[in-house]
Amino acid sequence: MYEIVGRKSMGEGIDLYNILAPDIASKALPGQFIILRVHEKGERIPITIAKTDKNDGTITILVQTLGKTTHILSESNIGDNLADVVGPLGVPTEIEQFGTVVCIGGGFGIAAIYPIAKGLKESGNKVISIIGARSKNLLLMEDEMRSVSTELLIATNDGSYGTKGIVTDVLKELIYDKKESINRVIAIGPVIMMKAVSDLTRDKSIKTIVSLNPIMIDGTGMCGACRVLVDGKTKFACVDGPDFDGHKVDFDNLMNRLKFYKEEERASYECHTKEHHHS
Amino acid sequence: MDEDKNLNKDNILDIKARLKIKRHEMASQLPEERKRNFKEVPYGYSPEEAIEEAKRCIQCKSEVPECVKGCPVNIDILGFINLIEKGDFLAAAKKIKETNSLPAICGRVCPQEDQCEKLCVVGRRKDTPSVAIGNLERFAADYEAKYGDIHITVKGDKSKKVAVVGGGPAGLTVAGDLCKMGYSVSIFEGLHEIGGVLMYGIPEFRLPKEILLRELKVLEDMGVEIFTNAVVGKTFTIDELLEKKGYDAVFIGTGAGTPKFLNIPGEELNGVYSANEFLTRVNLMRAYNQSEYDTPIKCGRTLVVFGAGNTAMDAVRTGLRLGYEDARIFYRRSRKEMTARLEEVHHAEEEGIKFEFLINPVRFIGDENQNVVGVECQRMELGEPDESGRRRPIPIKGSEFVTNIDAAVIAIGTNANPIVPNSTPGMDLNKWGYIVADENTGRTTKKGVFAGGDIVTGAATVILAMGAGKKAAVSIDEYLRTGTW
Ligand SMILES: Cc1cc2nc3c(=O)[nH]c(=O)nc-3n(C[C@H](O)[C@H](O)[C@H](O)COP(=O)(O)OP(=O)(O)OC[C@H]3O[C@@H](n4cnc5c(N)ncnc54)[C@H](O)[C@@H]3O)c2cc1C
Ligand SMILES: Cc1cc2nc3c(=O)[nH]c(=O)nc-3n(C[C@H](O)[C@H](O)[C@H](O)COP(=O)(O)OP(=O)(O)OC[C@H]3O[C@@H](n4cnc5c(N)ncnc54)[C@H](O)[C@@H]3O)c2cc1C
Ligand code: SF4
Ligand code: SF4
Ligand code: FES
Repeated sequence: MYEIVGRKSMGEGIDLYNILAPDIASKALPGQFIILRVHEKGERIPITIAKTDKNDGTITILVQTLGKTTHILSESNIGDNLADVVGPLGVPTEIEQFGTVVCIGGGFGIAAIYPIAKGLKESGNKVISIIGARSKNLLLMEDEMRSVSTELLIATNDGSYGTKGIVTDVLKELIYDKKESINRVIAIGPVIMMKAVSDLTRDKSIKTIVSLNPIMIDGTGMCGACRVLVDGKTKFACVDGPDFDGHKVDFDNLMNRLKFYKEEERASYECHTKEHHHS
Repeated sequence: MDEDKNLNKDNILDIKARLKIKRHEMASQLPEERKRNFKEVPYGYSPEEAIEEAKRCIQCKSEVPECVKGCPVNIDILGFINLIEKGDFLAAAKKIKETNSLPAICGRVCPQEDQCEKLCVVGRRKDTPSVAIGNLERFAADYEAKYGDIHITVKGDKSKKVAVVGGGPAGLTVAGDLCKMGYSVSIFEGLHEIGGVLMYGIPEFRLPKEILLRELKVLEDMGVEIFTNAVVGKTFTIDELLEKKGYDAVFIGTGAGTPKFLNIPGEELNGVYSANEFLTRVNLMRAYNQSEYDTPIKCGRTLVVFGAGNTAMDAVRTGLRLGYEDARIFYRRSRKEMTARLEEVHHAEEEGIKFEFLINPVRFIGDENQNVVGVECQRMELGEPDESGRRRPIPIKGSEFVTNIDAAVIAIGTNANPIVPNSTPGMDLNKWGYIVADENTGRTTKKGVFAGGDIVTGAATVILAMGAGKKAAVSIDEYLRTGTW
């Protein structure tokens, strides 16, 4: 049904997949995601749509191998079919002419920020993108990001490329040293990164949008598993988000909720890899 | 006696004998055994038991027997019970299916004590419980599934196309009826499996998935096209179905799936679930079988479920079967106000579920990892009746107490899901976000668009959703034949 028609390894345990899903490809807007099941007994996992191609009906996703489901996915080949792909889910990211927008991507978040940066640039914004990795050769989607940004800034932990440090160091420099006047920041990546970015922009009252990634099941507002606290109120990330105002998000609660099934996830991963190595 | 005017006087000699027969309860798995497995609780009648139970019907002679008046789809109850008494079980099933396409499901989940069995004249006498209409309906349907040929012939040329949005009981009924009338029907379902609440909500031990799959196969054999993973409002909009995809009419049966929360402190803690999440993990995602399926669920010692409807009963009994040693219901009103089917309450009590009444939660308490470890509640007393006609619970000052728990499930109701309403311009909603649709025809305020089931009425019952589907099918047919709106 949902054939994998292309895949490539991006390094850092992240793989890119092109999946045949014409209905979704013709509909998806930046900031939206899909939910997929790899096989008939699998769990439903949400993944951001990085690119769409209306002509050949494919969507592109970047997936970081973390536990059992993403591991099974990483073992699939071109020509294999995913059991289910549903989408595009969530509210698209607000894309308007804001002025100067800083787009920050960390890890697989770079895949998510790419279509947003592209949309913002096409809408006439000055787009300053910041992406980071541990080291130069592990940097994702550099060329793509450069092509959709007015300016691309890079951070590597080891200093092998761009600024030595993390993306927030670059943002800080931009705000405090270069005194860039920024109308909006959009940050997608690990929760800890989105939290740090939001803390940094709060003092300067720079509107900051983050894309939250809580545990989801249906993705249609039916279960409430994805609930997050925003401005003290319960929101469902799958239908009210995933984008929220970073200055109002309770990131600590999100981090705790993401950890709830750690034990079960580890057990099922270990069980899977054991079986796998036996066969 | 008042109800005697309903009795069939030609049959009068039999009546005394009939009234002497004791009601047959279905044999069931013993509570101690079943509370740790997910297999269906009652085994169902044997043919002999079914015939004996059918004999309890005193064959009311009135034009429309009382029992039929209590059934939202007006099944010819007397007719099918008669056929069971004669031993013609397949004919009985066929008779039921003239008006109800999902009898194996309704026989199991209808709140009979509030519907058909409530009005049964036998039950309205002192000392004689109602004829077990639901059990008999279930028997006939199961018998047919086992021994009958459920092939349905479809007439018509299928030149007109209808899209059904949502694969719950309302949508399934519309699809089946229209297909029989000769329309080409496609169901668009957001989840990866069809069935609505019957699939993700009602557990295996009450409605085995196999029965649902059996009914779905009948639909597929009839030629109904089923698209899962299609969230209408996201993947396609209603307008696109009508304008681009060539559907001549659309029926919306998307249910009332959005869970309500209590809005009290600590609700965001780990281990506090909506009933929908808890049940979806276990039913749709089969988390009860973790050696084969990947979706996790946790187990602990104490589980408290807030609420007292069918959803609450399903959640608490599911918790017990997952391995919680102490699974309890906390309800803010009293036993009398519980809305669950009587049979479920009864089964839950047999299984050792504790019910505590007049208790309202005020906050959840978490540990350092933000996992729930307790709940603080206050005791209530009943005051004057509120807008629902039930006595309003009022907190008793200073009655707060803390219960240690490992998980909590909130089963206090649902709201309309906003995805379809928000993406469909020109369709009126009421103030709670439900779709405005004519009660008798299912017509919405948007041309060519019909709606029925929980998305119109708010959370109700399977049979009411099916009833709405039946009416909508008739008026969709009329609209497509005449073109008048
Ligand atoms: C809106 C959204 C967009 C996302 N986009 C991407 C993306 O583009 N690329 C990518 O690699 N990852 C993305 N994720 C995260 C991805 O869904 C998880 O990494 C994945 O579910 C892990 O599954 P697993 O079985 O391999 O790992 P597990 O071992 O099961 O879990 C590893 C961790 O992933 C998280 N997780 C587990 N199950 C779920 C679930 N059902 N839903 C969400 N998170 C879960 C938990 O924090 C868990 O500790 C996104 C999540 C959300 C909510
Ligand atoms: C746990 C539980 C137990 C219950 N027990 C009983 C009982 O014992 N007896 C009884 O009579 N009633 C019971 N009920 C109530 C009964 O199940 C509902 O009233 C009935 O299912 C409503 O039917 P429906 O077709 O309107 O909607 P649903 O059954 O809710 O089905 C709606 C379907 O639409 C799909 N959908 C939603 N949005 C979209 C979209 N945008 N695009 C595509 N598809 C979509 C959903 O995924 C779902 O499959 C129970 C309910 C629950 C939750
Ligand atoms: S459908 Fe429900 S109400 Fe009607 S006869 Fe059957 S059990 Fe009774
Ligand atoms: S089921 Fe009850 S009400 Fe209906 S015909 Fe028989 S005795 Fe009369
Ligand atoms: S994932 Fe179920 S409500 Fe959001």
